[in-house]
Amino acid sequence: MSTAALYNDQGAAEAAVEAGQETTPTSSSSGAAFGLFSTDFKKNEDLKEMLESNKESLKLEAMKRIVQLISKGKNASELFPAIVKNVASKNIELKKLVYVYLVRYAEEQQDLALLSISTFQRALKDPNQFIRASALRVLSSIRVPIIVPIMMLAIKEAAADLSPYVRKTSAHAIQKLHSLDPDQKEQLIEVIEKLLKDKSTLVAGSVVMAFEEVCPDRIDLIHKNYRKLCNLLVDVEEWGQVVIINMLTRYARTQFLNPNINESLLEEGSGGEKMFYGSDEDEDEDEKEKKAEAAAIAKRKPYVMDPDHRLLLRNTKPLLQSRNAAVVMAVAQLYFHLAPKAEVGVIAKALVRLLRSHSEVQFVVLQNVATMTIKRRGMFEPYLKSFYIRSTDPTQIKVLKLEVLTNLANETNISTILREFQTYIKSMDKDFVAATIQAIGRCATNIGEVRDTCLNGLVQLLSNRDELVVAESVVVIKKLLQMQPEKHSDIIKHMAKLTDNIQVPMARASILWLIGEYCEHVPRIAPDVLRKMAKSFTNEEDIVKLQIINLAAKLYLTNSKQTKLLTQYVLNLAKYDQNYDIRDRARFVRQLIVPTEKSGALSKYAKKLFLALKPAPVLESPFKDRDHFQLGSLSHLLNAKAGGYQELPEWPEAAPDPSVRNVEVPEWTKCSSREKRKEKKVEKPFYSDSEGESGPTESADSESDSASTTDSASASVSEESESGLESESEEESETEEEEEDKKEKKNQKKEPKKPVQESESEQSSEEEDRKPEKRSKKLKSDSESDSVEDEGSESESSPSESEDFESEAVVTKKKKAAESKPPSKSVRKEEKKEKKEMSLLDLDDFEPTPSPQVTPVNTLLSNSLATDLEGLSLSDSILSPATIIPSGALKNYELLHRITGEGLSVEYCFSRQPFSPDANMVAVQLQFTNNSTSDTKNLHMEDVRLQSGMRVKEFPEIELLPAGEMTSAVMGIDFCDSTQAANFQLCSHTKKFFVSIQPPVGELMRPVFLTENEFKKEQGQLMGMNEITEKLTLDVKCRNEHAIVQRVTTAANLSRVPCGSDKECRFAGRTVTSSSLVLVTVATREEGAAQLMVNCEKMVIGTMLVKDILLALTQ
Amino acid sequence: MIHSLFLINASGDIFLEKHWKSVVSRSVCDYFFEAQERATEPENVPPVIPTPHHYLISVLRHRIYFVAVIQSEVPPLFVIEFLHRVVDTFQDYFGVCTEAAIKDNVVVVYELLEEMLDNGFPLATESNILKELIKPPTILRTMVNTITGSTNVGEQLPTGQLSVVPWRRTGVKYTNNEAYFDVVEEIDAIIDKSGSTITAEIQGVIDACVKLTGMPDLTLSFMNPRLLDDVSFHPCVRFKRWEAERILSFIPPDGNFRLLSYHVSSQNLVAIPVYVKHNITFREGSSQGRFDLTLGPKQTMGKAVEAVLVSSQLPRGVLNANLNPSQGTYTFDPVTKLLTWDVGKINPQKLPNLKGTMNLQAGASKPDENPTINIQFKIQQMAISGLKVNRLDMYGEKYKPFKGIKYMTKAGKFQVRT
Repeated sequence: MSTAALYNDQGAAEAAVEAGQETTPTSSSSGAAFGLFSTDFKKNEDLKEMLESNKESLKLEAMKRIVQLISKGKNASELFPAIVKNVASKNIELKKLVYVYLVRYAEEQQDLALLSISTFQRALKDPNQFIRASALRVLSSIRVPIIVPIMMLAIKEAAADLSPYVRKTSAHAIQKLHSLDPDQKEQLIEVIEKLLKDKSTLVAGSVVMAFEEVCPDRIDLIHKNYRKLCNLLVDVEEWGQVVIINMLTRYARTQFLNPNINESLLEEGSGGEKMFYGSDEDEDEDEKEKKAEAAAIAKRKPYVMDPDHRLLLRNTKPLLQSRNAAVVMAVAQLYFHLAPKAEVGVIAKALVRLLRSHSEVQFVVLQNVATMTIKRRGMFEPYLKSFYIRSTDPTQIKVLKLEVLTNLANETNISTILREFQTYIKSMDKDFVAATIQAIGRCATNIGEVRDTCLNGLVQLLSNRDELVVAESVVVIKKLLQMQPEKHSDIIKHMAKLTDNIQVPMARASILWLIGEYCEHVPRIAPDVLRKMAKSFTNEEDIVKLQIINLAAKLYLTNSKQTKLLTQYVLNLAKYDQNYDIRDRARFVRQLIVPTEKSGALSKYAKKLFLALKPAPVLESPFKDRDHFQLGSLSHLLNAKAGGYQELPEWPEAAPDPSVRNVEVPEWTKCSSREKRKEKKVEKPFYSDSEGESGPTESADSESDSASTTDSASASVSEESESGLESESEEESETEEEEEDKKEKKNQKKEPKKPVQESESEQSSEEEDRKPEKRSKKLKSDSESDSVEDEGSESESSPSESEDFESEAVVTKKKKAAESKPPSKSVRKEEKKEKKEMSLLDLDDFEPTPSPQVTPVNTLLSNSLATDLEGLSLSDSILSPATIIPSGALKNYELLHRITGEGLSVEYCFSRQPFSPDANMVAVQLQFTNNSTSDTKNLHMEDVRLQSGMRVKEFPEIELLPAGEMTSAVMGIDFCDSTQAANFQLCSHTKKFFVSIQPPVGELMRPVFLTENEFKKEQGQLMGMNEITEKLTLDVKCRNEHAIVQRVTTAANLSRVPCGSDKECRFAGRTVTSSSLVLVTVATREEGAAQLMVNCEKMVIGTMLVKDILLALTQ
Repeated sequence: MIHSLFLINASGDIFLEKHWKSVVSRSVCDYFFEAQERATEPENVPPVIPTPHHYLISVLRHRIYFVAVIQSEVPPLFVIEFLHRVVDTFQDYFGVCTEAAIKDNVVVVYELLEEMLDNGFPLATESNILKELIKPPTILRTMVNTITGSTNVGEQLPTGQLSVVPWRRTGVKYTNNEAYFDVVEEIDAIIDKSGSTITAEIQGVIDACVKLTGMPDLTLSFMNPRLLDDVSFHPCVRFKRWEAERILSFIPPDGNFRLLSYHVSSQNLVAIPVYVKHNITFREGSSQGRFDLTLGPKQTMGKAVEAVLVSSQLPRGVLNANLNPSQGTYTFDPVTKLLTWDVGKINPQKLPNLKGTMNLQAGASKPDENPTINIQFKIQQMAISGLKVNRLDMYGEKYKPFKGIKYMTKAGKFQVRT
């Protein structure tokens, strides 16, 4: 910034600021008057000029000024075209400022924003991880719906990046994409699932954040990663810690048992502190019932803390020492919600420490402490003095501290607290004094011993000069008296005397109400008070007048002899009062109490109406019951549910199967080389085939049986070696593991479900036969895996064994739970593939299996983007047909797999025929095959969900598809020139299947015929941003003209343009919807070098097409 | 998480806005202004304000409100802590965090905010990393930049984010290797009318300024570590080592940082280093009040009590004060009714005294309340708790650093009730 700016800037007028900065770069051009008279238009013209210039420094200066405009909230959107050109600048600062601008305005200028996309896409492949990350960051921050598919691709790719930093960025991008297009949820969950497996501390916080935002209810994704998250927690960056801890709190509430079941029993016996308070009595009744229930449960099953529960508590405890208040609070709430009562105390010290921090932090912490003190008073009692109030505290902090002090008050400390309160009452801050009086009132109701002292103290306050203090005291005294009016007739008398002095209307009104309400306790004074009041009636405030009428009516009913005339007098005065409320009240009261012929049945009940027993107001903390919100949350603070708040679940009655958290030995140790894994993949279709023939469920069962019996011995051996290996592997470089993880992911994912589903029935019966073997093996494998994890889980085996002696039911249950683990482990390896298929069957609608129909195009593209990561991509098996295409054949894509479709399989291809009903639609040919043994009827489409602008022409309903038969149908889809998927339901007479069709970009065009000259002319018009050029090396098999033409036309629906030179091949087409020209040129050089050039108005289409063709030509 | 950030100055102008997601109209701040109006004092604006569609979470620092707009559930402390971190970063970069400084450096501010949050989730908050990404502006660099057109943005992408020690940048080089540690203890106390201590506790921090080449690994041990009751560490400190041996072992960040803050266990009696004799009275009926205040040292182990400053909020009824200090100067602000007395150093031979009369509003009755007296002071070369650093060792590097440790005791929230 210029020094001139420094001096000029102090003035508040923004014009002056701009003028000041103006002087440096372009002082000669505009002069000093510029700042004063410039309009937005003129200013921007100026900036535009600077941006167009060749000088980097001028551009930078312009961008800086634009950022200043943005920071002031001024509109700078019209500069978009001039700025977006600089997105590929070499100057880092300039580039960053352009990014800032782009992210701010892309939403408003969607079309123009697309111009920048290709730059980011290029940067996504940069060898420098930071450039990749920042490209993804900006790309995903551009909120333009049309690039959703590009973002999706980029995220998927980045999630598999070798650099943890890029993976972290991809986790952030997930949230952005989700908020941009919630329909992508399912695909995003897959990415989240993958990233959750990540072992890098850098990624953990971000991915859990994404999890919380996208799919907080998918608790099943956490199981396998639970222990890892707990162990990584200390090393995660502080912000991530907060998010992880909050998520784990919720997780633990669903998975573990309430650790306080037994302790509540003990407490009942010893008579906890809670019993001291009168007002708590009803509550205690409830609690006792609860305790009884809890006791019943406890008797059935003695509580043993799950080792995983212990792990969480142990690993979060050190974080109480964090310098970050949010982390400390997160741990505190975790302990409050999850820890056994005896251990919760540790958080008090840390929370008290936070009270030294900024007042905003104090505010939040005190709110939470206030809630905690209601449930767990003892915890904060040693720190009572830390809540003493200083005169310099802001009022809101003072009030909260008072709240905490009041909650902490009990018989032993009440005298010190009251002495403190006494000094507070003298404070200058009157709001605070009023709150103190309220607090005294609450102490008085809670602690019987001091009630009289408090009452006397409050009565003294009635002579305070401050209206607020007096009014507050009267109100509190009124409440206190209502509890035991008969004892305190002297105070009522005293207050009656006060009516002579007190002028505060509210206080006078309260006193009159009290006298009226309890006139039988002061039978002689009450009429006298009424007499005085009647005398001064006309000079009273309205609320006082109303209470005078009230008092008169009550006295008339109880003591009509003495007060009849007075009442008449008061009512007559009121009848002519200026205030209509008072006139109304007088009329109403008169009708009720003075019996006339006209007065109806109501007057008989006048006494009941006026002198009904009114319930004493309950003085209780506003923080009562707030703990049903998760502490530390926004919802708790506001005492209202905030958007996106996840309820803290109640403890489960019985613990869910703990074995779901067991992490198996990674399978990859078995196959050391990549080839082996590839072999395995080739095998997959074989398995699925064999299953298709026999009934799938049966085959799975029988196979697993036989496999496990024969292989169990060898399995146990291999397991031993593997668990050893695992510990080593953890120290190995992460990157390698993560590559492997991707492979294992799918297989592992399914296993947690298996034990849950089967452990009860088949597994246990299987086990009967093989028990001796299994048990020995189980012990072995258990102890080994434990040693890897941590010492805490060692206890895992001991409690389960010790319980064996306790009760039969428990024993058998536990055994089952414990044993379901080892068998599933041993069988696992042999069964792996079968299991995969099984789960496909069992869970088809429960979760999206990574079956091909979801992303045929994506994988294709991602592969092209990730040529360097080739072979690591998730679904090579689907790619294989794409890469080896028989000449002239159309690519078939799977829409519905035979197994997912329960016998019905559907394939589709883009037939490249014009779709006759609508020329703007792409024809899609569907081929239905019924592999099942029964007929399928009424095949049709339903519930089509599309991006805006897209349209679908449904295929005619297929009425009958007999078993074993095949049929085909044609549908049309207008993709609107985007590669967004068309999602719909395929319905048969019995079932519905969610399917989606996503086109490769090459299918979004139709061939057009152009002459060479026309081609050149058109090409000349599509230069600059519309032209994308890539150099490539042709595949060995593809060096002749024929091969090139064949490959290009297979990849994209284009027609050849005649060409004079034999070094060039040209193709032309138009996009189906908008008829934008697409021109492709492949120029060959020596030794297989070639250049690919695509000219297309639609930048996005062009970029994607380049990638597709590139892939087709290089492989 | 955090959608947008608005900076609002004391006069209620929004002078900076930044959005991380879709733009939130600045009219959302109207709810904040409403709340501000309702609160009598600036510090009484509630930190969390719900509005129909958003929630506003604000902090007040240096007379600037930092208002974050969020849309859904998020731990409020998370946002508050982050906002404070933003302020700390600004302070670190610009020396002061004022409206003028922010406006002057708005581009750097924007670049910083961009790096600190991604989609509303904190990305880089460690000052060492940020400084590698964006160099702090200095006068020299501003000059050079204006002339040569070079930038503040680092050409090198930071490596810190990836390393195991994200808080330390790599390739640090100094010709003089030095490590300074300041042990600063603050006494928080409330003394009642009669001079007895109601509550007193000691909070301490160890601030470090480490300028060491390479990747030094330091250990710091105490003579009496058991004094420390509750500690919170900079992330660089190895917690396990502390738990086991009560030794601070760490690879320090480069530059200034807070190594540790601690609380001294309450079992130890706190020595109160000063005493106050006061006599502030108002008589019923007369429009005058008497004011008499004497300060004296107590349990200071021979060290001088310096930089003493007494302040007191006198009752609203006081019109002016006519006082006579035996040393130092006093001021009385008739608007805010704040009396401050800058005492300086306490001389035990001749105790400082402030004496005189206060004039009340004519006809006003005697104020109920007695003012509290706030006292600030400093005592050099002493940690009041008696905490002593035993030794500082460095491993991992060859050179011999210069080491220095300084002790100081200060008054924290030190109040005397009258």
